[in-house]
Amino acid sequence: MARTSTLEQATATTAVQAMPESGPAAISRRTFLTVSAAAGGGLLLGFTLPQLAKANGAAAAPLNAFVRIARDGIVTIIAKSPEVGQGVKNMLPMLIAEELDVAWKNVRIEQAKLDPVYGPQFAGGSFSTPMHWDSLRRVGAAGRHMLVTAAAQTWGVPAEECETSEGVVRHKGSGKTLTYGELAAKAARLKAPDPNSLKLKDPKDYKIIGQPLPGVDNPLIVEGKPLFGIDVKVPGMRHAVFQKSPVVGSRIVSANIDEIKALPGVRNAFIVRGADDNGLPDGMSVTVLEGVAIVADSWWVAERARQKLKIEWAENPIATQSSKSFAEQAERLSKEAPTKVVRKDGDVDAALGRAAKTVEAAYAYPFLSHATLEPQNCTAHYKNGKVEIWAPTQMPDRGRALVASTLGIKPEDVTIHLIRCGGGFGRRLANDYMVEAAVISKMQGEPVKLVWNRTDDMRHDMYRPAGFHYFKAGLDADGKLIAFRDHFVTFGEGDKVASSAEITENEFPARFVDNLEIGMSLIPLGIPTGPLRAPGSNGLAFAFGSFMDELAHAAGKDPLEFLLEVFGEPRVLEAPPPAFGMRMPPFDVGRARGVLELVREKSGWGQRQLPKGTGMGVAFYYSHMGYFAEVVQVTAGPQGIKLDKIWVAGDVGSQIINPSMAKNQCEGAALDGIGECFQEITIEGGSVVQSNLHEYPLLRMNQAPPVEVHFRLSDAPPTGLGEPALPPAIPALCNAIFAATGQRVRKLPIKLTDFRIT
Amino acid sequence: MAAFTITVNGEKRTVDVDGEMPLLWVLRDELDLKGTKFGCGIAQCGACTVHINGTPVRSCVTPIAAVGEAEVTTIEGIGADPVGKKVQEAWLELDVPQCGYCQAGQIMSATALLSKNAQPNDKDIDNAMSGNICRCATYTRIRAAIKQAAGLPTADSREV
Ligand code: FES
Ligand code: FES
Repeated sequence: MARTSTLEQATATTAVQAMPESGPAAISRRTFLTVSAAAGGGLLLGFTLPQLAKANGAAAAPLNAFVRIARDGIVTIIAKSPEVGQGVKNMLPMLIAEELDVAWKNVRIEQAKLDPVYGPQFAGGSFSTPMHWDSLRRVGAAGRHMLVTAAAQTWGVPAEECETSEGVVRHKGSGKTLTYGELAAKAARLKAPDPNSLKLKDPKDYKIIGQPLPGVDNPLIVEGKPLFGIDVKVPGMRHAVFQKSPVVGSRIVSANIDEIKALPGVRNAFIVRGADDNGLPDGMSVTVLEGVAIVADSWWVAERARQKLKIEWAENPIATQSSKSFAEQAERLSKEAPTKVVRKDGDVDAALGRAAKTVEAAYAYPFLSHATLEPQNCTAHYKNGKVEIWAPTQMPDRGRALVASTLGIKPEDVTIHLIRCGGGFGRRLANDYMVEAAVISKMQGEPVKLVWNRTDDMRHDMYRPAGFHYFKAGLDADGKLIAFRDHFVTFGEGDKVASSAEITENEFPARFVDNLEIGMSLIPLGIPTGPLRAPGSNGLAFAFGSFMDELAHAAGKDPLEFLLEVFGEPRVLEAPPPAFGMRMPPFDVGRARGVLELVREKSGWGQRQLPKGTGMGVAFYYSHMGYFAEVVQVTAGPQGIKLDKIWVAGDVGSQIINPSMAKNQCEGAALDGIGECFQEITIEGGSVVQSNLHEYPLLRMNQAPPVEVHFRLSDAPPTGLGEPALPPAIPALCNAIFAATGQRVRKLPIKLTDFRIT
Repeated sequence: MAAFTITVNGEKRTVDVDGEMPLLWVLRDELDLKGTKFGCGIAQCGACTVHINGTPVRSCVTPIAAVGEAEVTTIEGIGADPVGKKVQEAWLELDVPQCGYCQAGQIMSATALLSKNAQPNDKDIDNAMSGNICRCATYTRIRAAIKQAAGLPTADSREV
């Protein structure tokens, strides 16, 4: 239950700036204040695109920063946050449209630029839903209120006598109607109401929320229209590649720049000096690492010239680091006491002493890469102390700050267009590629599109940190868990834990076992690390979820029953402290039990006679405020393991906003977790060994089993779905392999062909 | 540099490039057809899939000089093919994409499959589609959409 993961700390920077007060009400008030300041003001003129106005036959009236309505009733809603494939370009406008009370078919969605008027604009931590559920519905309700007021004033009747339906205001007494299009200009001149005074719809009246609405960009996607960062084209643009040191952060001694410049088609080549404070090893702070830029009229010409590039790199102390040495250090550290105590409850040694049975196991997982299918890229145009940027990024405001500080210009002089990302998974929370593009454009004096090749992408990631867990636990004569210890060997130096290498004091089964210790020891690391989808959780879930299964078997109990027993009776635990300006909800045991019971029912757990070689594994994990229990079924044969099916049961609150994308996310996240079981980034001599997808297998169609997703609705406000379905898939698979073969997976990655039975 | 005339989506196009330049980059940077995507450059991901005379090929490893007189079809032109059109419609109807980056390649491979085999089974789908990676893992929907385009019964997972 790593709730305050590093990703969340990272998003904190963004969120905190925008939300000085805590709690959802504060968020909506803040959002709304900026909204009302903008309503009807000159600020929004830029948004009234001439071609749109013409197409609609009249100018569109802005009701607030998010909504403008044309005379013909076409409603344009701004999608404020970056789209990385998680569906916020639909989902966030759906919240506004619902309370505005317009027909979805009359809604047009427009992507926002980075602009403080919209409040926090980032895609990370599965935060889009919890941060906007209340505030954006109120933005819509405020718009509706203004339209109703405008109608009531026109008719000289009390507003209470008016009702709305799909873009029309109707006076109940007289039956008179006016469309939103007719009212928009008048409404836009009214003062915006206090958003907290507005009554929101009863969920049973929802017409848009809860509908499976297809992705707004789908028609462009299936026709291959330019849409992604890599597709950006600006006038006069050149193409660039950038070669950095495979040993991260090395300086250049010499490079054959003149030879490269003379190659056919090459416009320019130059050394870009690395920043003194390059941000390493915190992946999300990385600015510019030293390298050689090659600029040409087409990307492939620049890329081919790179093959002739000869660079002599300076010595770099991190060249001594390797995955092998990390594993050796972990083994050594495991024999000593942890250097940091994360949690200590009761007396673990005493409880182990009186345990009827003790179980000990060591778990390890490797570094991982994000490998977004669209390699990192960015287009930048630096001119006269200002820079315009077109970037696929999950955290544009942090990118702006890094670009501004690196170039020595003011953040206001950095314009950022949010371009659809060909996958994010946390990789684009870093903006290293954005800073590179800005610097290269400045040095070149022209607009430049920088595109990394796959090797750049794989060797210059901010990796999911590897991790090592040394567990020992005790069961009493009834098979009850009475003692639990984890010595987690992870990365960092001194007091500073590497990005995404954390563990919290609430990692399950913490708080459910009287005698429990979680301790940490740190290995120094020069390789940048950072958040990968469900950061922290994606490794911890494997280790803890698998070890809990070992304990269930040691206790002679059904693994799902065992989890229910450890959780105990439904109750709500004490809430963790607020994090980055947001109240964190307490852990609700009833919801955890609920998803375990749901997955038991849907998967037929314990109900079906499984043939020999077939096994089911279960795991539960709580992350990003979402409760997920998953069952994986596998069949072992002479060729190895085949995955039969995955069942996902999730509880993310009272409402699934867009069921189509919600299920797509859960299917994808569960399969992403499965895929991670086969992947590994290895470090040798301070650099990453893997260079492309032939060495870093991403899950393919023939390896992807069917996934069945079920939601359990609860009373809690809705929370996000980008991440929480991922972690439990990993231990559920490993536990299924044990059930099928009797072989326990304690180290990732695995090869399915290694588990054969005849 | 040399002039090459190739046929793309039924139109003759002439470019003056090195003969080794992969078709992918000719399409993207010279002809401004951005629908065909770059993912790996080594025929591992399928994002760059186009048809050459109806056969799916990885344009990232196909030099322009090797294309000759053949008919190149890209995602921008696949809708003119009745099977391609059906596949696009199924993709829209089942709301397949997440990030969408792989989907042009998926649609090209799916169209090639259905053009040869109008009623593919799961094994056929695995064989035809396993060269196309979807990093977002929309495989459940891709499989369903192929069956939908083929008029076969299919699992629709859009509703809760
Ligand atoms: S870019 Fe051609 S297969 Fe990956
Ligand atoms: S939809 Fe993102 S890679 Fe397939």
